[in-house]
Amino acid sequence: MSRTLLTGNGAAAWGARLAQVDYIPAFPITPQTEIIETLAQWIDTERMDSRLVTLESEHSMITAAGGAAATGVRVFSATSSQGLLYAMEMLYTVAGWRTPFVLVNVSRGLAAPITLEADHNDVMAARDCGFLQLHCANCQEVLDNTLIAYRLAEDERVRLPVIVNLDGFYLSFTREPVVIPAAEQAAAFVGPFNPSSIHFRASAPESQAVAVLGGAPYSYFRYELHLAAQNALPVYDEISAEFRTRFGRDYPAVDSYCAGDAELVFVMLGSFATKARAAVDRLREAGWAIGLVQPRLLRPFPEQPLQQLLAGKRGVAVIDQNLSMGKGGVLHTELAAALYGHPDAPPVLASFIGGLGGRDISDEEFFEIARVLQAAVDTGQTPPPRLLYTQDELMEIRKLQAIAHVERKELGGTA
Amino acid sequence: MTQTATTFRRMKDLPSTHLLGTGTPMCAGCGGLEALHQIYDVLGEKTVFVNAAGCMTLLSVYPFTPFRGSWLYTAMASAPAGAQGIRDALDILREKKGLPPEEDLEVVVLTGDGAAYGMGLSATSGAMERDLDFIYICYDNEGYGNTGQQYSGATPHAARTATSKGAHGFAGYKKDLFSIWAAHRPTYVATVIGAEPLDLARKIETARDLEGPRLIIALAPCPTGWDYDPRESVAIGKLAVRTGVWPLKEYRDGRIQHTRVPRERVPVEEYLKKQGRFAHLFEPERDETLLQELQAKVDAYWDSVEVQGG
Ligand SMILES: Cc1ncc(C[n+]2csc(CCOP(=O)(O)OP(=O)(O)O)c2C)c(N)n1
Ligand code: SF4
Repeated sequence: MSRTLLTGNGAAAWGARLAQVDYIPAFPITPQTEIIETLAQWIDTERMDSRLVTLESEHSMITAAGGAAATGVRVFSATSSQGLLYAMEMLYTVAGWRTPFVLVNVSRGLAAPITLEADHNDVMAARDCGFLQLHCANCQEVLDNTLIAYRLAEDERVRLPVIVNLDGFYLSFTREPVVIPAAEQAAAFVGPFNPSSIHFRASAPESQAVAVLGGAPYSYFRYELHLAAQNALPVYDEISAEFRTRFGRDYPAVDSYCAGDAELVFVMLGSFATKARAAVDRLREAGWAIGLVQPRLLRPFPEQPLQQLLAGKRGVAVIDQNLSMGKGGVLHTELAAALYGHPDAPPVLASFIGGLGGRDISDEEFFEIARVLQAAVDTGQTPPPRLLYTQDELMEIRKLQAIAHVERKELGGTA
Repeated sequence: MTQTATTFRRMKDLPSTHLLGTGTPMCAGCGGLEALHQIYDVLGEKTVFVNAAGCMTLLSVYPFTPFRGSWLYTAMASAPAGAQGIRDALDILREKKGLPPEEDLEVVVLTGDGAAYGMGLSATSGAMERDLDFIYICYDNEGYGNTGQQYSGATPHAARTATSKGAHGFAGYKKDLFSIWAAHRPTYVATVIGAEPLDLARKIETARDLEGPRLIIALAPCPTGWDYDPRESVAIGKLAVRTGVWPLKEYRDGRIQHTRVPRERVPVEEYLKKQGRFAHLFEPERDETLLQELQAKVDAYWDSVEVQGG
């Protein structure tokens, strides 16, 4: 065991290395590239016994990942944003094959407009495909979740691929002290991949992923997939408990901070939740009874722990780092569905959108969210969803628009 | 170029036991299935077929399969990438996990022309670039058959399809996939047709005994999409070769060789008039210009072959 300064990408690569993955189909995309470059270098210098193949697209990359996992080897892959969406058809497909492998997604906003910085619309788009989702808040979690993800994916009761999500730039390129478990300890935890019935070999011909005719067999296999994903919740609890025993780090399906005695609660995913955590400290100093609830699992959706943690709260602010066009925040919607009808459900569940394309959420904004939430609690009126944006930001964009206007005129266009 | 010794000298040398099961949902007279039967007899059951969306996807419908070996359905665009994953995994299992050699499989991609000429071309190009050890079988029915025979990159000029029903049929020209594949300098590329079983068996045998990317295009007469009586499939297939419309050839070691050069080419219209998709060239009146254009294209091809001495 050693503590080293690692980026989130470095931590993801270490996770794959410690899980002793056999096969890495790859395709580069910012901000994921450091992961595959690191792995390639370890393989080239024989520090890792694995095969890395660069495919010609993420669609092919996920097909190859599924094909290899369906043949019975341990597979790792990584992508981001446009790459995840480019692979979308195959995300659904290989989840349907019930192939256990781990895909790291380095979250990044989606085009258009094209950007490189983080938000969660990419990973939310993969919400319904059958991949489980673990969301990381810091670099240590990236490494640890990768190990946990292999256990979860390969568990006989689950057998599904898992996405480990980390935020582009905020985690991918940020160095943090990370404890790198000893190789033997990690190997003892993850264990060897036992593919059991998953294989292609001459003596045991197998037809995988065949077509079905009609809704009844189709529904049967889709229900099975859903039930397997739901099984992953108790299985996750078992695995994370074992992880805690072995490594001393605790990763409940839903994390919380100062939530016990809080009246108001922020709900957030991923690295931006650490900003909320810091804001909770300052709000507490200012006398607010406020806390944070942070799901680590998004699929399966940890309804019960969320219901318990939020029971009796007076107001909840869900801060979504994604935007479902024409609806709003995805996590807000999901949480509303999980809480609806529960006798102790908080009466106010307000929605805020922030952090799109890496946009910061400042302390003042957390204070403002708290004030809006308190007002909603006092009046019993849930406010409409808020799109966080400051006066300064608006002024900046107006300046850019003015420049664009002038440029167009100079080029002879109509204003 | 040295000719590999073949076990298939005459028709009676062809396999007499047939491996692929019957009773599949393919149409009666399906030229693609005809070719696949023959191909499977040569490749055998130590194979895993990696399929892209198309008619043949319905060969394996839960819980049935006509294959004695293995099968994986992927998606329309990425069967070669599926083959990559399986091949790499089998290699890893052999190198690291003691999978005995007799457990190994030949990885065979099976797609229609829509996937091969279009959506899956980038995945195929990638597989060749990576020198993937696999066989690619494209059954070319010259359209998106499974979805109702809309035109694809493989549709020949003037053919009527579900999306080219105008007076002159399809305005585009059939893409030269053979050359596109060969330009990657893979181990082997060949064209075959089920109606010429001996030529087909020899080429599949050649492919089987080589390593690296080996790619086969089988012209697949398609009664449903080409609009003719299923019993005509073999006759139409033979005419495709005898008219020179479907050149039988192979690429190996940087050279292209024609395995059948029809000395006296039958006029192209003999091939065309048997198919409803070309009926507008003959009725209500002969479209002389188009017929001449189609004949001229075929003639020009064979003239160039003679010049090159292929
Ligand atoms: C991504 C995607 N787009 C469209 C389809 C619909 N589709 C299914 S089969 C098919 C035709 C495939 O044509 P081809 O490869 O020529 O095979 P054939 O149907 O002729 O056997 C199409 C377009 C699909 N399955 N996937
Ligand atoms: S449509 Fe054509 S290619 Fe498809 S199964 Fe029928 S005959 Fe065969």
